[in-house]
Amino acid sequence: MAVATKSEKIQRLAELTAVSETSTGASLWREAFRRLKSSKMAIVGAVIIVLFVLIAVVGPFLAPYSPSAQTWRGEVFPNQGKFVGARDGNWFGLDHLGRDLFSRMLVGARQTLLVGIVATLIGLVAGFVIGIVSGAAATLGGDTGRRIDSVIMRFIDMMLALPSLLLAVSIAAVMGQSLTTVMIAVGVVQVPVFARLLRGSMLAQGNADYVLAAQSLGVRKRRIVLSQILPNSLSPVIVQATLSLATAIIEAAALSYLGLGNPDPAIPEWGVMLAQAQRFFSYAPAMAVYPAVGIIITALGFTLLGEAMREALDPKLRG
Amino acid sequence: MSLLELDGVKVHFPIKKGLLFDRTVGHVYAVDGVSLKVEAGETYGLVGESGCGKTTLGRSVLRLVDITEGSVVLDGTDLAKLPGEEMRRFRRRLQMVFQDPLGSLNPRQNIESILSEGMIAHGIGKDQEERREKIKAILDKVGLPSNALARYPHEFSGGQRQRIGIARALVLEPDVIICDEPVSALDVSVQAQVINLLEELQEELGLTYVVIAHDLAVVRHISDTIGVMYLGSLVEEAPSDALYAEPKHPYTKALMSAVPVPDPEVEDKRERILLTGDLPSPANPPTGCRFHTRCPWAQAERCATERPQLRDVGGGHRVACHYAEDIASGKLTLTKGEVVSATREGVDDNPETDTPAKIPAQAEKISKAEKPAKTEKPAEAEKSAQAEKPVKAEKAEKAEKAEKPVKAEKAEKPAKAEGAEKPAEAEKAAEAAEGEKSVEAGKPAQAEKPAEADDAPAEAEASDAPAEAEASDAPEASEEPGKAV
Amino acid sequence: MSLLTVDELTVTFGGRGRKESRAVDGISFEVDQGQVVGLVGESGCGKSVTSLALMGLLPAKGLTIGGRAEFDGTDLFTMSPSARRDLRGSEMAMIFQDPLSSLNPVVPIGVQVTEILERHRGMKGEAARKEAAHLLDRVGIPDPTRRLKEYPHQLSGGMRQRALIAMAVACAPRLLIADEPTTALDVTIQAQILELLKELVDQEGTALLMITHDLGVVAGLCDQVNVLYAGKVVESAGRRELFAHPTHPYAHGLLGSIPRLDAPRGEPLNPIRGSINDRIAWADGCAFAPRCDRYEMGCLTGTPELGEPRAAGHQVRCVNPVLDDAKAEEVPA
Repeated sequence: MAVATKSEKIQRLAELTAVSETSTGASLWREAFRRLKSSKMAIVGAVIIVLFVLIAVVGPFLAPYSPSAQTWRGEVFPNQGKFVGARDGNWFGLDHLGRDLFSRMLVGARQTLLVGIVATLIGLVAGFVIGIVSGAAATLGGDTGRRIDSVIMRFIDMMLALPSLLLAVSIAAVMGQSLTTVMIAVGVVQVPVFARLLRGSMLAQGNADYVLAAQSLGVRKRRIVLSQILPNSLSPVIVQATLSLATAIIEAAALSYLGLGNPDPAIPEWGVMLAQAQRFFSYAPAMAVYPAVGIIITALGFTLLGEAMREALDPKLRG
Repeated sequence: MSLLELDGVKVHFPIKKGLLFDRTVGHVYAVDGVSLKVEAGETYGLVGESGCGKTTLGRSVLRLVDITEGSVVLDGTDLAKLPGEEMRRFRRRLQMVFQDPLGSLNPRQNIESILSEGMIAHGIGKDQEERREKIKAILDKVGLPSNALARYPHEFSGGQRQRIGIARALVLEPDVIICDEPVSALDVSVQAQVINLLEELQEELGLTYVVIAHDLAVVRHISDTIGVMYLGSLVEEAPSDALYAEPKHPYTKALMSAVPVPDPEVEDKRERILLTGDLPSPANPPTGCRFHTRCPWAQAERCATERPQLRDVGGGHRVACHYAEDIASGKLTLTKGEVVSATREGVDDNPETDTPAKIPAQAEKISKAEKPAKTEKPAEAEKSAQAEKPVKAEKAEKAEKAEKPVKAEKAEKPAKAEGAEKPAEAEKAAEAAEGEKSVEAGKPAQAEKPAEADDAPAEAEASDAPAEAEASDAPEASEEPGKAV
Repeated sequence: MSLLTVDELTVTFGGRGRKESRAVDGISFEVDQGQVVGLVGESGCGKSVTSLALMGLLPAKGLTIGGRAEFDGTDLFTMSPSARRDLRGSEMAMIFQDPLSSLNPVVPIGVQVTEILERHRGMKGEAARKEAAHLLDRVGIPDPTRRLKEYPHQLSGGMRQRALIAMAVACAPRLLIADEPTTALDVTIQAQILELLKELVDQEGTALLMITHDLGVVAGLCDQVNVLYAGKVVESAGRRELFAHPTHPYAHGLLGSIPRLDAPRGEPLNPIRGSINDRIAWADGCAFAPRCDRYEMGCLTGTPELGEPRAAGHQVRCVNPVLDDAKAEEVPA
């Protein structure tokens, strides 16, 4: 038998086992963020979003011309199909009223972002409140709770049953034609999505053993919902919110396209621009292409980030 | 009075259907009338297969599920009737350790937060500083480093996570800890660590456990008393050693015979009782005895019509079977199912690798193992089987070591016999021998129905013999003549 | 020559930025006709990966398989994929741990069984249905003609496992690989399934590769037992020899740490300390060393070789094996 002192043996063993890094207190959120950072998809998405936000913030200051000034009114004759394309000074060309398209794109970014964010926030906040009430009632409320949940969910089902566009159009009909209308209409459509998502997620977590463990510890129900169930139910909602930003922008564009958006020519918005461009699409496709591409790229950015977050937050992929 | 007493506990889950408001269309009889007592400082083991209601019963004690009927009395307070808030405060005294160590820990809380949760809920410790001190002390007790505090559940191994789960229960200084399958999710080599930890903690802190498990060997190892559940009710309850020595309910017999023993020597001699059919649905349990649809000894009378109640058959051994005595004495024969050898018949024990003669102790044991099958007296059957293991494990110290279990066994037997009446004693011993044999005693591998003992003269003689006299004469057949007398 | 010869099998996962991990690290064993060979070990020891590699069921992405596996003289790993598919199901079949997820939930049992008969045995229509009913009957499923029309969810766990076995033996395979076939089942059902497997081996002469973590199951079933740890065989012997003289400290410790039904109460268990995560690479030394009470400096200098320190045919991969049983008892504590 080899003669070796105990300390020598321990030391040698420690050397060999020390290769694996010792993890100390990395929460799941932090780990998810670490995975997110190493995802190419997330980085591309984030870069697009950052660019978009940057343009939205500083765009109006960079715009070479006023977005509403019909400076080159005399050069375009929409009725005769005569338009001005990209040229020096007007890099994107002119629209049908002789306004600088490049400036309108820059300024319009802000409105587009605003619509996306506010509409998603409306859907998120309202959906969150409904979802948390419903989810809490269903998981820990006993028989009464299940009944409450049942009623709320039937109501949500009714909301889902209405075609979203129809819902938006009727809201617009009541509130009149404005950007606020578009934001509310798009937001309201998102409410049942968030509510159902959060409730479903809470329901799944409500069956988890750690909830049972908290109950057996004697933790109060409200605290179980807020500190145990809710934090574990957030991941899908966060992902959905990111993806919703993309759909909200597209839906807002669709509503604007249908003429429900902001009619004020001084405040351009990509969706409205797209709507206006449709009449002249055969003569001046560029007028539609710029806002359309802007919307698509932005939506893509949010979608990429959302998908990357879905992967990063998935506990099954941990490691 | 016992620390924890369950009386006629029923948990029926309604099966609901309906569009907006649910209608009850039936019930799942998860727990259907269970009465048991748990003494302070002891471990009560509940065994049964999936769907027998053992987990639901455990949860009903903490009122994690609603109790339909019956009472759960802890230290004089009936928990079944406590209003919500009082029950919540009472939970401090009843804690639970869960099966899935990862699933039962909130993945988004660090260890300190997980262990503080219960203390905050019950207002223990005036600030986090004080709580942290307490947590550190508990972590030390369960064998976790104190730097674990800031870490998260996913950073630990399975065994360590279960230690966290145990620590979480201990922090509240409960009277009773209900362990629901505490080791079944762990690797084999880690299970022993957790079992030992539970035992050490019990010794140190005087804890009372209710251990729920499907693994009979684990339950047998840590329990003082074992209750066997089948389809929502207890079918048998006895002190751990008595249950193992003489299972009286047909289901217990089958269950025990089905557990494989990691020892070819034992397996070669064991027989398995194979049950027929599947577990009936607890939503639609059979009439009469719940087990009669699968019972190998089911009789035409009573079994299907009359539900047997748990009755005391002496020595704290309770059994819910109309015919327990008749089965034990071999009066009844198998009506269905079959008995098979535990070892595969065609097993090829390679003579090259299998070298029994190499070590003397081993050779000796083998030769004995063959003989006792025929000559061994019934009352000795268990003793030799028990003595056998130490012999094998520690050949060199064979004489000294083997002595211990046999002695323990001897001490146990008279104590139990005292509880029973005199005439019953002889009968009991005979039953013991019989029950023993059918499950694990020394018999060669050919399929030999234990209940048909009359057909095998040698066996019949052994089991019918007045056990008292035979038993004391028998030791010659056992390995250690000296001390068995 | 043996029916299945596995020689220095290695399975490595990795690639695409992920760290390479070697799940199977040089495993060799043989299975003969009518023989039951056990691969025993805990989670992460590579036993399931071995079986999947032999069946060719591992996802190809990032997979590297080394070593050789010969089935009846032909190398499984150099075989064409279509030849391998033909072999799989007809000559060698596998039973999985979870019978529910191994059966197609939307197809009746009967169709799933007849499918195999049609694919591998060229049977058609009524003949295939008859044979399917016969198969279900043979594995002990009562009322087989009715069961053929039922869906997996309508069967109990034990019945599903029987159905799965029926599918596995449909073409009378010469080799059956059973990966924890009874782990998901209750113990009384486990007894039934084990009995069925025993019959198959004894009556049909099927070779069985039994993969399990349960040493009890092995004791009454296997002829030859291989104990795996961290992707390598650490001990290999006949069942009697192995259980009577566990010689690798891991096998020895494992047997000492499981509670036994027939052990007297009150005897403390001797657990193995640490967990499977506490290990070192085999290249540096014995992977079990960090948990071992008997390790020496010699354990930490390269992979220990398989030797036969106790008896011929009893292979042990250990520098400091447990030879003196009495002493071994003292060491843990």
